[in-house]
Amino acid sequence: PAFGLFIFTIARDPLRIIILIAGAFFWLVSLLLSSLIWFIAVKASDPQDEQLQKGLLIFGVMFSVLLQEAFRFLYYKLLRKAIEGLVALSEDGCSPISIQQMAYVAGVGFGLMSGAFSMINLLADALGPGTVGIHGDSQLYFLTSAFMTMVLIFLHTFWGILFFHGCEHRRWWEIAAVVIMHLTVSGLSFCNPLYVGSLVPSYLLMAAAAAWAYLLSGGSAQNLRRFLLCKC
Amino acid sequence: MITFMNNSDSEEEPCNERTSLMSAESPPIPSYQDGLQASAAGEAQAHRKRRAGSSRGPSNIASGEMSGSGVPVRENALENEEEELTLKYGAKHVIMLFVPVTLCMIVVVATIKSVRFYTEKNGQLIYTPFSEDTPSVGQRLLNSVLNTIVMISVIIVMTVFLVLLYKYRCYKFIHGWLILSSLMLLFLFTYIYLGEVLKTYNVAMDYPTLFIVIWNFGAVGMICIHWKGPLQLQQAYLIMISALMALVFIKYLPEWSAWVILGAISIYDLMAVLCPKGPLRMLVETAQERNEPIFPALIYSSAMMWTVGMAKPDTAARGPCQQTWDAAEDGREHLRSPSHAESQMSEMRSPVPTHPITSLEELEEEERGVKLGLGDFIFYSVLVGKAAATASGDWNTTLACFVAILIGLCLTLLLLAVFKKALPALPISITFGLIFYFSTDNLVRPFMDTLASHQLYI
Repeated sequence: PAFGLFIFTIARDPLRIIILIAGAFFWLVSLLLSSLIWFIAVKASDPQDEQLQKGLLIFGVMFSVLLQEAFRFLYYKLLRKAIEGLVALSEDGCSPISIQQMAYVAGVGFGLMSGAFSMINLLADALGPGTVGIHGDSQLYFLTSAFMTMVLIFLHTFWGILFFHGCEHRRWWEIAAVVIMHLTVSGLSFCNPLYVGSLVPSYLLMAAAAAWAYLLSGGSAQNLRRFLLCKC
Repeated sequence: MITFMNNSDSEEEPCNERTSLMSAESPPIPSYQDGLQASAAGEAQAHRKRRAGSSRGPSNIASGEMSGSGVPVRENALENEEEELTLKYGAKHVIMLFVPVTLCMIVVVATIKSVRFYTEKNGQLIYTPFSEDTPSVGQRLLNSVLNTIVMISVIIVMTVFLVLLYKYRCYKFIHGWLILSSLMLLFLFTYIYLGEVLKTYNVAMDYPTLFIVIWNFGAVGMICIHWKGPLQLQQAYLIMISALMALVFIKYLPEWSAWVILGAISIYDLMAVLCPKGPLRMLVETAQERNEPIFPALIYSSAMMWTVGMAKPDTAARGPCQQTWDAAEDGREHLRSPSHAESQMSEMRSPVPTHPITSLEELEEEERGVKLGLGDFIFYSVLVGKAAATASGDWNTTLACFVAILIGLCLTLLLLAVFKKALPALPISITFGLIFYFSTDNLVRPFMDTLASHQLYI
């Protein structure tokens, strides 16, 4: 689905593609830095201690989430500057792309990159022979991973919109809400392999974020009804 | 750097490819002027006129000839419009380059992942005489550095040789050399590649069929690249030969040497294009002075320059008369601001009411593009291919390098739009790519693996 989003909404406009790739790049850099920190922490600690390792992992995850949000903020700043440049350079004084579109594209960029990194090795392994969960792990590993990744990609998209909106209008609580949601989702994934604990709340959160982003983007229940009724 | 096709005797010659980026406005195209019955693409003309009149940085060709062509006064008025349209068209050009680079990388990665031949070590090229099978780390490092020195000096020698030939107008020799090398590439490497692919998928093919297929492929390729052909076909061929060349490099360069060579090449590219005495720069300037296209077969251009005969607006428009720059000319691709040409073109066209040939306007508008040296393609693909081949983190590393290279390309194009002269395309991208490769392989991979094994998500 995320890829479909990409094709239908982004692939047409070259500027959006660039913003997408730049968004992916920013996510990548944030991942790099966070894994650097984690790596240093692991190397500096005792490799035999299981609990410590788990604790370090949790710390790494949280830190990574915070870094991701920080980079989203940096990206927002960069895009603001870019918009000003674009406005100055355009013929009729208005930018070819609005900040909301940029927010959307940036969110998709982040999401795609994070999804790709989460899934792609799994996919590659899935192509080969083997049995899922042969060592007593859950047999639904691939399925749940796929769903989790999808929900994460969508969440990143919505968070992008919410985050940028919050930055635009200086509503700090929106930004804080995004960060908290991100932390929650990551934290929930610690419940794995108890999938009920992680997947269901994540989807609920995603629905909430979707509705919020939709409202922020100017939609309303009426729009939705009209859209659905017109089509069918 | 010119990385390829120019080999006279071995595949290594390619190293001479230019890796700089060039904007589509190449000097070779005779410019078209409003009201003047000059032939050739008005774009170049218009563009040049602008450049001549503009106080902006040195534009390659423009400065040269345009001044003499009776530039209309309206140049100045249009200058501002140029700037405005810069960014607007800039994005389009970036995408025009993204797509072929992406395609090339995809082909290389797909081949590396599936065909085992290209990851086996079957010896080394003579350009990298030192082996890396030594027991100690220091020795290995030393050998790779020595390999790099040898390779770079070969490249420098070939490039200087090429520039000298160009300067002294030994065109026949250069053309012959290019034809020979592209011939070899098209036939020999394709044969090997096809053989390996067929082996991998266990498809049987008899020799006559193989012969016919390769003959057709090679013949059409030669025609397309060195003469005329549909733009897309030519682009496809250029991408394919870049991919083939990159595969050869990946196979035959030893591990550490490959990385050191990549780093050294980007430094070399930086110097060769920007230093006043750099060979690449001299090549471009000479080409511009003479108003000629740089050699075919060495440059990828994203749009074709059509020379439009003013006398016959209707019929002549569609013919790609002057392939100067588009036919894979060896010229270095200098990154010139692509938007200029386009914007200028369109600007030029619209305020010319008197010009009878209005139909040509649309035709020429599509033709601006950016040019990128094939060597750039090759080295980008080598980076990504090596990442795919040797990284244990597999796809993550490959993906990271891919994004890094694209971002580097973006930045380079941005710089091109700012500086408006030929720029080396390698350094930024390769630097990013290398940084990301090493960091992803060593830092991110353990992190992601641990996360994945616990099924945690960040």
